[in-house]
Amino acid sequence: MNQPLLYLPLIPLLPFAGFVLNGLAGRRLPKGLVSAIALLAPLASFLLVARLALMVWTGSLALPVIEAGAPVWLSVGNLHVDFGAVIDPLSLVMLLIITGVGFLIHVYSVGYMAHEDGYWRYFAYLNLFLFFMTVLVMAGNALVMFVGWEGVGLASYLLIGFWFHKTAAADAGKKAFIVNRIGDFGFLIGMFLLLANFGTLTFREIAEKLAASPNLTGGILTATALCLFVGATGKSAQLPLYVWLPDAMEGPTPVSALIHAATMVTAGVYMVARTHFLFDRSPFALSVVAIVGAATALFAASIGLVQNDIKRVLAYSTVSQLGYMFLGCGVAAYSAAIFHLMTHAFFKALLFLAAGSVIHGMGGEQDMRKMGGLRKHLPITFWTMTAAVFAIIGFPGLAAFFSKDAILHAAFVQGGLGRVLWFVGLVTAALTAFYMFRLWYMTFFGEQRSHDVHPHESPWSMLGPLVILAVLSVCGGWIGAGRFGAFLAPAVGARAAEGSSASLELVLTLLAVAVAAVGWYVAHRLYYQQPEEAQQWAAAAPSGYKLLLHKYYVDEAYNYVFVKPLLAISKFILEWVVDVAILGGLVWLLGGIALLGGAILQRWQSGNLRSYAAWLAAGAAALLLFVLVPWTSVLANLGIHLGIVGR
Amino acid sequence: MSHAFQQDVPLSLYLLLSAVLFALGVVGFLIKRNLITVFMSIELMLNAVNLSFVTFAHQWHAVKGQIFVFFVMMVAAAEAAVGLAIIIAVFRARSTLAVDRIDLMKL
Repeated sequence: MNQPLLYLPLIPLLPFAGFVLNGLAGRRLPKGLVSAIALLAPLASFLLVARLALMVWTGSLALPVIEAGAPVWLSVGNLHVDFGAVIDPLSLVMLLIITGVGFLIHVYSVGYMAHEDGYWRYFAYLNLFLFFMTVLVMAGNALVMFVGWEGVGLASYLLIGFWFHKTAAADAGKKAFIVNRIGDFGFLIGMFLLLANFGTLTFREIAEKLAASPNLTGGILTATALCLFVGATGKSAQLPLYVWLPDAMEGPTPVSALIHAATMVTAGVYMVARTHFLFDRSPFALSVVAIVGAATALFAASIGLVQNDIKRVLAYSTVSQLGYMFLGCGVAAYSAAIFHLMTHAFFKALLFLAAGSVIHGMGGEQDMRKMGGLRKHLPITFWTMTAAVFAIIGFPGLAAFFSKDAILHAAFVQGGLGRVLWFVGLVTAALTAFYMFRLWYMTFFGEQRSHDVHPHESPWSMLGPLVILAVLSVCGGWIGAGRFGAFLAPAVGARAAEGSSASLELVLTLLAVAVAAVGWYVAHRLYYQQPEEAQQWAAAAPSGYKLLLHKYYVDEAYNYVFVKPLLAISKFILEWVVDVAILGGLVWLLGGIALLGGAILQRWQSGNLRSYAAWLAAGAAALLLFVLVPWTSVLANLGIHLGIVGR
Repeated sequence: MSHAFQQDVPLSLYLLLSAVLFALGVVGFLIKRNLITVFMSIELMLNAVNLSFVTFAHQWHAVKGQIFVFFVMMVAAAEAAVGLAIIIAVFRARSTLAVDRIDLMKL
């Protein structure tokens, strides 16, 4: 088939060009031009991706598209790595989310960051992020994916620490980078295992080799899958490596929306779905994924219950929702996980952007206790936020209603362990409804609790993306998990849903809606009807409340178990081994040699003229001796005399 | 005349004289206490070398040796001017010319 021109390399390269232009010259360019460059690059990428999607829709393009003849990166022995892009249903969906939501957030940022220093720097980083993220998603092999993987980590670090003069922001950036490095180490080991066992890093070839040996299960595959999953827990903020994500909220809010909610943190889910052929062969690895996912979902949601910083609530909500996605992956319902990934990208980006609009309107205030009654002042923000809140809790007909239920349903029908995980997911759904409505009521209802600010609605460059995302949050689920799954099936495999029936599905759905309603009711009572009751509840279980408020003391525990000993060890090595022993030793050694040499040589410097003259004469005599005596023959004769050298 | 000169006194005698003069210079340089005598010993060594230069120049009919002698004499004259000036300065400062006592640089 004659393939039409797809311009695949341009999808990542356009944002990269934006990064280079703004990064090198942005300081000197007028603000309008910086914005134009920064917006046009992702828009053009999005249009290219949309064109691809349209071609697939109309049937003029058959998936998957595997780009041939791309530049070769490495060719060592049997290992060949090229930059060839792979467009299959999975990467197409991801690309649409990344470039689409990414473009909306770029537009929003123009309004949000308008008065910031380093405007050009911000957009350069944002474009850089899009470049690496598209590389990650389009990569046809694990190594190129790893490049994108590390690159988005870098962009995330740069953007979390955008306000680098704030210590908290700089520390949060470092924390994110270091915790991610731990996960990346697992990814690397996983790649080495792939290379050792399959001799290739290309996903398609690994899948083919696996398919060719149906008896290969467990053991090495489990190890590989688990190593890759360690990488995913780092990037996607799962237990035990989730700690960086809440801190990452120190970055600008649009960054939290794009990188730490909608796209980058879902890279782990994407990676598991991309390498699903490995996980499918290892039931143990799948169980680990499912358990970690469910545990993270519940754990993070419980912390989110009591947080007072509006962005932190959303951050823990993100961790929790990512847990759902891994739960979906863990029960081999990859398409449901990706479906939830998509709807989550819509409503969580919207939640963050709306929260950003609230913060913007409140003049930088993030504490929900100081908000309240904002419904009247920020009407559009209020309604879009409302759409997002109803979408995330799974209100019938809205986004998460379809996607979350698909995951819970898949977990339930798996039976055994799946039933337990389903129950955990159900409890989490109730908690989710509670903390989201808590946020909603605390921010928008009741009396305005802080009177020294005058809330104002945001400019249209910010509200526009909010409205579009609100529409997507409402309608995003209407594709339906079934149709979505059918579309993704060539990439992630279709699952036979045995033990499923329409009536079971209905019961599960009703249950999920019911627990969400319970969560809503409790939040309604505590934060709307009787606000004083919330304090009573907290006072009734002070230790539990404190435990949640301090996030289970995980940061403190990590601090004492890992950070402090590591710091002490490196301080010891730096201070005593490197500084005192090596550097100090070297200095003392050199100084000692000079001192000793000086002590010996100073005997010559007697200050006595005649002794100098004598040395001079002796030196001249020695030179004369050296020149006049035929040393070679003298030595040879001496050797012969002593019998050392034969005649 | 040169022919007769060459035959009358062999080359080795000139060189021997040069060596003796040089050795005298070295000994004087090393053992004399008076700075002026030490200075004169240096001049003696220089002229001993000059003697061997002209001897060889004459022997090999090469003019280079004689040119060297002029160089040495020139340097010696310059050195005498500077050296005597230093000696006078030293004497004015220290009221002595005994080398053993000019030892301010001693540790």
